Amino acid sequence: MKQSITLNKITQLMGFGFLKPITALFTGKPQKEDVVNFLKKIVVPILSILLFLGVWQGGSTALFNKEANYKIEKALADQGQAAADEMRACIASGEISCQPNTLPSPSQVWASFKTLLEDHKIISADKLAFKEKTAAMNEKRIAAGKEPITYTGRPSFVDQIFTSLKTVFAGFLLALLIAVPIGVVIGLSTTLRSSFNWLIQIFKPVSPVVWLLLVFMIVKTLTKDSNSDSAFIISFISVGLCSMWATLVNTAMGVSSVDKDYINVAKVLKLGPMQKVFKVILPSSLPLIFTGLRITLSVAWMVLIAIELLAQSPGLGSFVWEEFQNGAIDSNSKIIVAMFVIGIIGFLLDRIMLTIQNMVSFNKNEGV
Amino acid sequence: MKTATLNTDATALSENGIEFPSKVMLDLHNLKKVYPTPKGDYVVLEDLNLQILKEEFVTIIGHSGCGKTTMLSMIAGLNPISGGNIAVLGNPVKGPGPDRGVIFQAPSLMPWMTALENVMLGVNQVFPHASKKERKDIAKYYLHKVGLDGSFDKKAIALSQGMQQRVGIARAFAIKPKVLLLDEPFGMLDSLTRGELQDILIEIWNKEKITAVMITHDVDEAIFLADRVVMMTSGPRAKIGDILNIDFERPRTRKSVLEHDDYYKYRKHLIDFLEH
Repeated sequence: MKQSITLNKITQLMGFGFLKPITALFTGKPQKEDVVNFLKKIVVPILSILLFLGVWQGGSTALFNKEANYKIEKALADQGQAAADEMRACIASGEISCQPNTLPSPSQVWASFKTLLEDHKIISADKLAFKEKTAAMNEKRIAAGKEPITYTGRPSFVDQIFTSLKTVFAGFLLALLIAVPIGVVIGLSTTLRSSFNWLIQIFKPVSPVVWLLLVFMIVKTLTKDSNSDSAFIISFISVGLCSMWATLVNTAMGVSSVDKDYINVAKVLKLGPMQKVFKVILPSSLPLIFTGLRITLSVAWMVLIAIELLAQSPGLGSFVWEEFQNGAIDSNSKIIVAMFVIGIIGFLLDRIMLTIQNMVSFNKNEGV
Repeated sequence: MKTATLNTDATALSENGIEFPSKVMLDLHNLKKVYPTPKGDYVVLEDLNLQILKEEFVTIIGHSGCGKTTMLSMIAGLNPISGGNIAVLGNPVKGPGPDRGVIFQAPSLMPWMTALENVMLGVNQVFPHASKKERKDIAKYYLHKVGLDGSFDKKAIALSQGMQQRVGIARAFAIKPKVLLLDEPFGMLDSLTRGELQDILIEIWNKEKITAVMITHDVDEAIFLADRVVMMTSGPRAKIGDILNIDFERPRTRKSVLEHDDYYKYRKHLIDFLEH
């Protein structure tokens, strides 16, 4: 029984409270209400997923037929009956060259997902082989003071995901390091708050694209005579700048709205300014700071795709853009795969933040 | 007014380096509090004079909004004085400080700290030169005194309202203040818990004899705890209306107080004042 209690605690802490019915069903004697709970919280969501897939399948079939009919009619109008029949047969046979280009069906997306994974396996095997092959040569090159040879082949989908995660974490870290200290300082002083308010209000709604261009202007000049990866630098700084505002505003608000009773206690005990900040003000504003950080991380992940796309820095954003430009038969379904991967990773990132928040702050949040 | 006779120029005496001879711990002299409003100044307190002796327990009773809490927070130094002065042992109050411990109406514990850490927060501040173990022992002693032996390491947020206020009491006594200020500390509790906490409070107070000023709405509480009950007139321009000496022996028990012949005389006196 003890095991199930800790299991519950972990799921609760991660905001996965909705998984409780499963753990209840499998870790103890199932009660009647557990079964009802199971139906309500597990079966109903599964039904809704099936419904979603059904609507998707229906929609993509309708779009496919529309596109196919259009193609056939066009062939009929341009080249006559024989060409139209040929086109109809070609589409029905599944010949790649004449497939209508439209919303892919769930099964096509699933197939593309598997293709991408296969592709990843091939590329990583290739990479490993390359590494083994060049290991001896690289050692010599390093010994001779030359740069080692690195793999320059095409990155796989999974590699792109990790590149994106790296960029988003760098951006998030930057946002955290800028926004939290400034937020605390601004929150502590009403004078600073009113004197910087205009800046926050004006820059908060600025679009990610503009931030990117601004960062580009500055970084381009700064990295002129160094051979650092300026696309990565530009994209992570832009991500940080776009996403830091939620944390800045929330931190300032949290710090400025600390319960008056706590401040009075600090005054009566004559706590020094450092102690006041670290023992009273920061802990009591942690929930709001974390709310801000959660928004920041989700905004960072959201703008990342657009920024990677524009900054030509590798990652999911450029993957989506390349597939769109590519126009191969499975490009559309690869884009949908990327969409789901982006969504699921965004959701997981939010849960990770929620878990950290629940571990460090005094009031517990259920996942929303 | 009987307190007027005690009025000596306490500040001048101490400033001349002469040891302050009076038994007065806390001296409020012509105290005034004004809140500016768009329609002109609102005078909450005016010409308020009160002397509180060393080792005295004074309760203050009056209608809601008459300025009791304003007066208490001015003594605590949390609210600036508009006129007159407040002195503790002859030294004028210039701001908040641990020589005046406060027990607030809401327990005001830091919810992210344990009971022990909450008490330690004050103890660390007041006894910076004591060893860590000594400070911990002080905090534990007072938590033990308020009956929280098993709850040292519980987070404040996990404690009931009554338990939280017990920690509040421990925190206030543990910093060994000269004056203890209590702002309706039991106002938010149910009557059973309130009775328990009154007993705990008076038990510790009997031992420590810290000068205490307590605001209350509860006539029975005022009589049970106090040496003197101070009645304030209704605002605006509130001042001391009347003072009632409670001559029960200490240590008191609730039973002996309730059975005492004078109890209903005192009670009638207070209720008559409040109803007029």
